[in-house]
Amino acid sequence: MIEKDIDIAVIGAGPAGMAAAISAREKGVKDIILLERNPFLGGILIQCIHDGFGLHLFDQNLTGPEYAEELIQHLIKAKVPFLTEAMVIDINAQKEIRVVSRQGLLKLKAKAIVLAMGCRERTRGALEIPGTRPAGIFTAGVAQSLVNLQNLKIGKEVVILGSGDVGLIMARRLKIEGLKVLRVIEKLPYCSGLVRNRVQCLRDYDIPLHLSSTVIDIHGKDRLEALTAAQLNEKGEILYDTAEVIPCDTLLLSVGLIPENELSRKAEVRLDWRTLGAEVDDYVETNTPGIFSCGNVLHIHDVADYASQEGFLAGERAACRVRENQGKVLRFPVNASKEIKYVVPQLIREDCRETELKFRVTEPFENIRIIVKNGGETLFRKKFLKIMPSEMNMVKISSDKPLDKVYVELEKTEIA
Amino acid sequence: MVKNCNIICILCPNCCDMRVSFEGKEILELEDARCPRGLEYAREELFNPTRTLTSTVPIKSHYWKTVSVRTNKPIPKDRIFDVYEQLSSMRLAAPVKRGDVLIENVLGLGASIIATRSVLE
Repeated sequence: MIEKDIDIAVIGAGPAGMAAAISAREKGVKDIILLERNPFLGGILIQCIHDGFGLHLFDQNLTGPEYAEELIQHLIKAKVPFLTEAMVIDINAQKEIRVVSRQGLLKLKAKAIVLAMGCRERTRGALEIPGTRPAGIFTAGVAQSLVNLQNLKIGKEVVILGSGDVGLIMARRLKIEGLKVLRVIEKLPYCSGLVRNRVQCLRDYDIPLHLSSTVIDIHGKDRLEALTAAQLNEKGEILYDTAEVIPCDTLLLSVGLIPENELSRKAEVRLDWRTLGAEVDDYVETNTPGIFSCGNVLHIHDVADYASQEGFLAGERAACRVRENQGKVLRFPVNASKEIKYVVPQLIREDCRETELKFRVTEPFENIRIIVKNGGETLFRKKFLKIMPSEMNMVKISSDKPLDKVYVELEKTEIA
Repeated sequence: MVKNCNIICILCPNCCDMRVSFEGKEILELEDARCPRGLEYAREELFNPTRTLTSTVPIKSHYWKTVSVRTNKPIPKDRIFDVYEQLSSMRLAAPVKRGDVLIENVLGLGASIIATRSVLE
């Protein structure tokens, strides 16, 4: 076993982790290691062959692999040490890390850790769909990997359950690959994915989107043969008289992403039940001092660029933490009205005068105003014609007083 | 003949669901667009819709089974499947570098197929 002291360890080399390692290095910390369990850098970007990446960060419309290569080139130029095929199996609150790697078992003791492990997909088991257990049922991201990286044909006639972005992207991809994409089924009365994906992936290819519907049964012994779909009423109850058997051999699930926080828990990092990610302050630092969290392991992002921006912040702050150990700092909670699903950061440090709040709403709203207050002071006030849960909102706030009573609320306005 | 259709503008998060009536190559009426960019978007989408095609091509290499590719500029939407057809018989061998032109001026559309990832060995 190799034992080593290190300044910063970054876990996960996706859009957030690579950005964190780059910014920590650019802040002058040399003793860094970027750990990645795959044999390549880039994380999920490599299988996201579609375009739409980099618009915010590089001012270019790139595909996932191109976006990854931009960051990898940056990483190599900045001389950031990285280790692929290195899987972190354990960490603790003392910032000791155990890694299984080609060099054997590594035991690292870090001054700061950046968590950037990303997320995983919700599976059929979590949905508890009744029926048989045949082959041919994939999560959308697994299907994406099989088609785009493994060059496999996954089936002939496809139904997609859930209208998350990966499902919409895969609907288009499979249609182009010559498969029959019969429909996308979404239990909510609105699409979960971004409007641009609904338009360019479904509408462009005449793929029907069935809202307020779900899959209630799965048929087939060895391979999927058919599924039963039904509509839901406004309470979300199944309307059995609408049941319809759809013959198909493939079902993709695009029903949500869950931050992958098993390691965070081992380091005694407190999680937020709304985001399922860590509870962080405006430095994206968790309750375990010196452990930072960024990207999809912190909360689910809809755009990779924003995950990278969060990574840059995490790397920068981790670099500061290596240099100076802070004393006790007070952190004030950020509160929000019930229409706001979550706000990141959940806490703001007493010395903070300027930060960015990221939040999502619980359901679609029209003609509303978003207001951010700090006690009696209004820090932000803006009208929105439409606000969707699929879009993460970002609001910059600043004050010359401590941000000790920040409250995000949604106010209905008169129709324009 | 006057035709009507709905176009969702995707230029900003407002995502206006616009009602358009048009005749030939002329837009007669545009409803529910909240800003002037909607008209330009509707015109493009109706008379000259273009998209970037992204796909993969099998590759012989040490580790990778595919290399991802795209058109280097948007192509007419109704030629997506024709261009995809051109890729289906293609086989590559490493090394391929990101940006390498794999098919120049594909089907005379003025766009080339380029690699979007490097596969060096």
